[in-house]
Amino acid sequence: MAEIELKDIIKEENIVYKKSNIILDRTMHYCPGCSHGVTHKLVAEVIEDMGIQDQTIGVSPVGCSVFAYNYLDIDWQEAAHGRAPAVATAIKRLLPDKYVFTYQGDGDLASIGAAEILHACNRGEHIVCIFVNNAIYGMTGGQMAPTTLVGMKTATTPYGRDIDRNGYPLKITELIAQLPGTCYVTRQSVDTAAAVRKTKKAIRKAFENQRDKKGTSFIEVVSTCNSGWKVDPVKANQWMRDHMFKFYPLGDMKDATRDNPADYEQYIKEEK
Amino acid sequence: MGELRLMKGNEVLAEAAIRAGVDGYFGYPITPQSEVMETLMLRKPWEETGMVVLQAESEVASINMVYGGAACGKKVMTSSSSPGYSLMQEGISYLAGAELPCVIINVSRGGPGLGTIQPSQADYFQVTKGGGHGDYHVIALAPNSVQEMSDFMTLAFDLAFKYRCPAVILSDGAIGQMMEKVYLSDFVPRRTEEQIRKDCGEWCTLGSKRHNVITSLELDSVVMEQRNIALMKKYAEMQKEARYEAYMTDDADYLFVAFGTASRICKKSIEMAREKGIKAGLFRPITLYPFPTKALYEIGTKMKGILSVEMNAGQMVEDVKLAVECKVPVEWAGRNGGIIPSPDEVLEALETKIIGGK
Repeated sequence: MAEIELKDIIKEENIVYKKSNIILDRTMHYCPGCSHGVTHKLVAEVIEDMGIQDQTIGVSPVGCSVFAYNYLDIDWQEAAHGRAPAVATAIKRLLPDKYVFTYQGDGDLASIGAAEILHACNRGEHIVCIFVNNAIYGMTGGQMAPTTLVGMKTATTPYGRDIDRNGYPLKITELIAQLPGTCYVTRQSVDTAAAVRKTKKAIRKAFENQRDKKGTSFIEVVSTCNSGWKVDPVKANQWMRDHMFKFYPLGDMKDATRDNPADYEQYIKEEK
Repeated sequence: MGELRLMKGNEVLAEAAIRAGVDGYFGYPITPQSEVMETLMLRKPWEETGMVVLQAESEVASINMVYGGAACGKKVMTSSSSPGYSLMQEGISYLAGAELPCVIINVSRGGPGLGTIQPSQADYFQVTKGGGHGDYHVIALAPNSVQEMSDFMTLAFDLAFKYRCPAVILSDGAIGQMMEKVYLSDFVPRRTEEQIRKDCGEWCTLGSKRHNVITSLELDSVVMEQRNIALMKKYAEMQKEARYEAYMTDDADYLFVAFGTASRICKKSIEMAREKGIKAGLFRPITLYPFPTKALYEIGTKMKGILSVEMNAGQMVEDVKLAVECKVPVEWAGRNGGIIPSPDEVLEALETKIIGGK
């Protein structure tokens, strides 16, 4: 039997998976096992699938994903800590036909930027907000975040998060779902192939909502930080399923356009 | 000359912005400048020019909205007063770091803290020395009339875009609140996306296949230092933009140095001084940054003494001393807490601190 050479296999018709053209050829700085890489990939794929590369402006936060702008081949603005929704508000208002999204972690969005995210969502800015919640400050070395679970050990809660000392973990996505400006609020994860597919669908839906000017779409991605949590990636995923999903259950919290499309249209009319 | 109107300083800022073809205003209410946004909301420029006017949730949000708009190459602005201007410092530092053009108006009031809502010039240090973290400067223009509130809008945007640097109009509660006649400038249409791309040389994030990135972050110290050096060069280049007004300085023995509201008081003091046979003149910095150091040296060193008249505890006096290299006596006189000094007080200070002070 003739030898099969690699060049005979690498052919257009044999391609089953391809890196998105939006992803730049750079080595990511994220730790192996981190959820940011997959989430970045999904955003890139949606932008590519929709053919909106030259119409999209991303706003990156302060935190691990500050360098998101190094990985996706679109225009980017790097915002001050927590202010991405304010920055995105202005971009979208001044360029209403462009696609604008924010990408923030839990410290950036739910702590220092709590005011900006709530007000941008409440105004119903036509933007997409992607919220990566790994319950810890990764970049600064694993300190307590607003979303850190009770009892969870971090650099600033070395004996575990204590309610009396540190207060409760903040379910900010539940708060945001109550705001009339949001049209789609969902909580997803990227720990399995099925979850990745669901998150991609959610991101796609969010960008389509923006195209159709339906209001703010908000996607929380419950994520791991194996470096910050000080476990290996496999254990981090298991810990997330066992603990994070209980406090932060996955699924759509609000889909105004799907659940009650007629009511939603009526609501928007009345509001205006 | 354009249309003649009788208007409040703050209202003129709003009108001038619309006429200058501004794309977006983002603000938060604070006394004594709330009329800026109120006037804009009443005027509804979005129906006329498409200008975006948005009331933000805070000054922190409004300055970051300015960042977002500026990074798109749009002509964007905000206005506030001292405590609100303090809240914007982080954002202004980011704007300076990312080299973004915008206009920020500070209709200042007395501090520290919540202070007073009355006019003050106590934000001189904060405006001229940077204000936020890191080494940077903003262009600072100091109007002393309602007319200049109008004229400086276009000038501020021109300088901001020329140097890709935030430009601040440092006014005060008196100029913001008072009414004067003003010749409004003619309407300039807002720029199209194509014009922005042409004018800005493609750096703006309007959506492109160029991977434009606006950021102030650089973790490599060697590269970051080069960025700092580039900024230093830009600020050095900017020095040629220094502007000033010299009033009755040709034959003067004594010089007042004052900006904004205080400079108007000094003009009256000069009139009174000359009636008494004291030849006084005024040097009015119009740009507080770049400070007109060279011109002040040339004029100031010919004097017997200089009095820096300020509505603060003595801030600009430091730059005046540096400008004349302490070759002539320099003193400070002024009032605090939102009080405007009277022409008599200023003249008395000249007589006691400078003329009789030797």
